[in-house]
Amino acid sequence: MSLIQAQGLGVRIGARQILRDVNLSVRKREIVTVVGPNGSGKTTLLRVLIGAQTSSEGAVVREAGLKIGYVPQRLAIDQAMPLTVARWLALSGTKDRNRHLRIAGQVGISGLLKQQMVSLSGGEFQRALLAQALLVQPDLLVLDEPTQGLDQPAVASFYRLIEEVRKDLNCAVLMVSHDLHVVMRSSDHVICLNGHVCCQGTPTLVSAAPEYQALFGFDTEGALALYRHEHDHRHDHVKESGHDAG
Amino acid sequence: MLDDFLWRATLAGIALALAAGPLGCFVVWRRMAYFGDATAHAAILGVALSLGFSISIFVGVLVAALAMAFMILSFSGRMFAVDTLLGVAAHGSLALGLVAVTFIPGVRVDLTAYLFGDILAVGYVDLLIICAGSASILVLLRLRWERLLLLTLNADLATARGIDTRRENMILTVMLAVLVAVAIKIVGALLITAMLIIPAAAARPVSRTPESMSGVAVVAAVASVVAGLWTSFQWDTPTGPSIVVAASALFALASLFALARSKHMR
Repeated sequence: MSLIQAQGLGVRIGARQILRDVNLSVRKREIVTVVGPNGSGKTTLLRVLIGAQTSSEGAVVREAGLKIGYVPQRLAIDQAMPLTVARWLALSGTKDRNRHLRIAGQVGISGLLKQQMVSLSGGEFQRALLAQALLVQPDLLVLDEPTQGLDQPAVASFYRLIEEVRKDLNCAVLMVSHDLHVVMRSSDHVICLNGHVCCQGTPTLVSAAPEYQALFGFDTEGALALYRHEHDHRHDHVKESGHDAG
Repeated sequence: MLDDFLWRATLAGIALALAAGPLGCFVVWRRMAYFGDATAHAAILGVALSLGFSISIFVGVLVAALAMAFMILSFSGRMFAVDTLLGVAAHGSLALGLVAVTFIPGVRVDLTAYLFGDILAVGYVDLLIICAGSASILVLLRLRWERLLLLTLNADLATARGIDTRRENMILTVMLAVLVAVAIKIVGALLITAMLIIPAAAARPVSRTPESMSGVAVVAAVASVVAGLWTSFQWDTPTGPSIVVAASALFALASLFALARSKHMR
């Protein structure tokens, strides 16, 4: 049983076709990662799934009463709004003070509760965003490039944290990421997106797929180079048997 | 014993201040100052409507402000930057209102009262309407507070939480229009936005949470009303502008305080 499912999703904004025929599903306790180059429609896909963007074709099916904890790609807090970390956590709607303290401890922001949100460092800020999403007690955690702007050690520890809290809360995770190597190891299912689903499957399967390598260009020296990707090309999609995305 | 009209003026001013404090915070957080101006200036068009059709000023102003607000909401994001569009709407509706009033047959209307307010002329019925409008804004804000805060911080986050962002935006717009109708007799069309943003801005440097900011904004707004009325009574200055001068003085004080504190901390 899927928590959330996209069926033949297409999004057109103005004259631009951003997404075409995207099928995906996230099941209970599953970690699904969406990778893809800039402008491949990753954020748009997440926004359609959470209901912030309407699709031109296809449908999103959610399990009844699905609770989503969402961490947006960017959250700019206006300097004019005073907001302590504690007040930010209370915006989760959870009144239970003990839970606030426990989650704050888990993500490592216990000492910052009285600080202003705008005074936090990049890593602390991301942790505070995650903490609020966790306090919602989500069935599905949706993360849009949650480690943007963090350095390597911080990225690694952030993903360790996500794995840890997922076990704790028993929720599914759907995330968009650029940090391919770190992310892919812990994912159950990887979707390589470039306007449409290029290939998908287990991390090992996807990283070996020619479509994936064409997109992210892992050449013999191991350097990362992005190719310009043709939108209307055809290729045999790698499909993992047993995970029916349709 | 103070005169009756002075009591009515004080109560009306305080009622306005109670609603303008928290609502003004949203105007500041969401950078809606221009939007507030456009909605408020449309009030003069509403005054012309009211005089022309001999209906209540409150009703005419409310209708004009609502119409303006929703027109802007549906037009924004096309071809022009928002501030250009709002500039056109604000000044266009003000000018149109001023022109329209001259076409009204009968006695010549002194528009000063509607441009800068005439708080000392607030009658019993006016006071009742002002209190009812203010109270309804406060009740709505209390009910929608968390949702409006989340929406202000990030619309997608609010949507993911199941909040209907269009609906909440609409509610905020309606509250703003009601405030314009409430404030027209007190500070006048030109100074309504001032009553919204100046107390809120004065509260910012001394606040740590959204709630404390709106609380301090209420205190600042009430103090401005009282100080403005007193000044006006003592030196026979125009009341609406005196209230706004008092609010501006409070803002200057709060800013100086913030500056001194940050120097001290360094």
